[in-house]
Amino acid sequence: MRTPSNLAVVASPPLRASVVEPFVRAKAVEKTYVSRGRELKALDRVSLDIPPGQFLSIVGPSGCGKSTLMMMIAGLIPVTGGEIVIHGQKVTAPYTDVGVVFQRDALLEWRTVLDNVLLQIDVRRLKRSQYDAAACELLARVGLEGFESYYPWELSGGMRQRVSLCRGLIHDPSLLLMDEPFGALDALTREQMNLDLQRIWMEDRKTMLFITHSIWEAAFLADRVVVMSPRPGRIATTITIDLPRPRRLSVRETPEFGRYVAQIREQFQSFGLLTES
Amino acid sequence: MATPAAGTRAEPSERISLESLQVGSYAYPLLTTLALFVAWEAVARLGAISPFLLPAPSEVVVTSIRELPLLLHMSFYTAGEFLLGFLLAVVVGLPLGALIVYARPVEQALYPLLVAFQTVPKAAIAPIFIVWLGTGITSKVLIAFAIAFFPIVIDTVVGLRSAQPETIYLVRSMGANAFQVFWFVRFPNALPAIFGGLKVASTLAVVGAIVGEFVSADKGLGYLVLVANGELNTRLVFACVLMLTVLGIAFFFLIEALERFVVRWHVSARQLEATGGH
Repeated sequence: MRTPSNLAVVASPPLRASVVEPFVRAKAVEKTYVSRGRELKALDRVSLDIPPGQFLSIVGPSGCGKSTLMMMIAGLIPVTGGEIVIHGQKVTAPYTDVGVVFQRDALLEWRTVLDNVLLQIDVRRLKRSQYDAAACELLARVGLEGFESYYPWELSGGMRQRVSLCRGLIHDPSLLLMDEPFGALDALTREQMNLDLQRIWMEDRKTMLFITHSIWEAAFLADRVVVMSPRPGRIATTITIDLPRPRRLSVRETPEFGRYVAQIREQFQSFGLLTES
Repeated sequence: MATPAAGTRAEPSERISLESLQVGSYAYPLLTTLALFVAWEAVARLGAISPFLLPAPSEVVVTSIRELPLLLHMSFYTAGEFLLGFLLAVVVGLPLGALIVYARPVEQALYPLLVAFQTVPKAAIAPIFIVWLGTGITSKVLIAFAIAFFPIVIDTVVGLRSAQPETIYLVRSMGANAFQVFWFVRFPNALPAIFGGLKVASTLAVVGAIVGEFVSADKGLGYLVLVANGELNTRLVFACVLMLTVLGIAFFFLIEALERFVVRWHVSARQLEATGGH
């Protein structure tokens, strides 16, 4: 299945050069860990392009190296083979024009909600006063108005993850990296977060790399889903999700959505996972 | 992250149960202490034990009040010794802990030595400190320091290492350098552990000062204990012990108050916050 919408844009010659250039490019990226004298290959020649403004989701079984791939794109851990290029520049150090959200919300317990969002500003030595209002507005957008002076321990898991999302957005980065951000949330909160994330993403369409182990979440949120194989992680297949936005929860009951999910599930089953007796 | 925190502030029923617990937490130790002293007083009054061996608590209190100027005078030296020893332990212990975490060669070179030094009974080497440094305040300060600094170093190391890896990755993705990682994440995250070490060290510093005074001194509460004991003035010995206890508790709670102010966000302080605000 090819991308009809993207191809249409690519085909128009004047835009070609700027649009074709991917924002994130992974070229034959490898990661080998050495533990107890043995080499363990986590990722095996992974090549991946993310065009600017695309919502790309990676699904794969646990331990397939999808988090490792994200960390290497962020420049937080080094590659042992191949290279990562973002915006035309090879990544050799932490890439900072980025917002990162982890499964564990990584909020600093000693900072209030507002101060946690503004950590981004403090570390970057930007002027706090210029971001105060924006931070409050961002918090309000995710339904946390009035919680600015609360400490993380006073919040529920879903609220904490919303703060973490605001912290990833406050400096208006061009790239968002999210590693199973809703993995620890209950099903209902998770669905709400999916809707909220889609809405926020649609407002300015940042380039997004969203890692999840939920097939439904990936298909619901992404423009393109990359399925990774079990260790050593390889890209097994790439599926373009051509569904109009904003997607409503009911899209999951449509036959088109069902076909996308089935495609991904079949890929998992070809790995010997999700076997049904 | 699994957080049970959602209801901590919201549910009134939970808050009420916390409050009643708070009342209980004061009543119980008060009650047991009172019972202990009543029993002690009764045993002493009934003449079961000679007052030379065990004076009644009331007599200890009377003696303490009568000898208060002397006790205060001696306290001044002892308190000075353990406070200075403690401060020195903080000034040396915190940077040493940080150095162990940040510089692997330092860890490899110093850590085994530190552990070995810790296992040496300080009371046993106290006489040598006196020989080296004389009978004045310096030797006591250094003995207090030697006993107190180990828990500070260890808890600083543990605290600095306990940061969640994600939080460190996070600030690095914001372009943080090593110092910023320390300042924004590692150090504040280590504070609860560091305060744990400081509290242990505060009680140990008092022990150190007294050990030093026992070996050789002409001032201080430890010195007064020896003198009073020599004269079989058991009441004064107990008065000194009482004074030392008061000093030790005051010092401990001073640090705890500081802790409550500095790390009021931490789990250990939350119960107080939950009841204190309403």
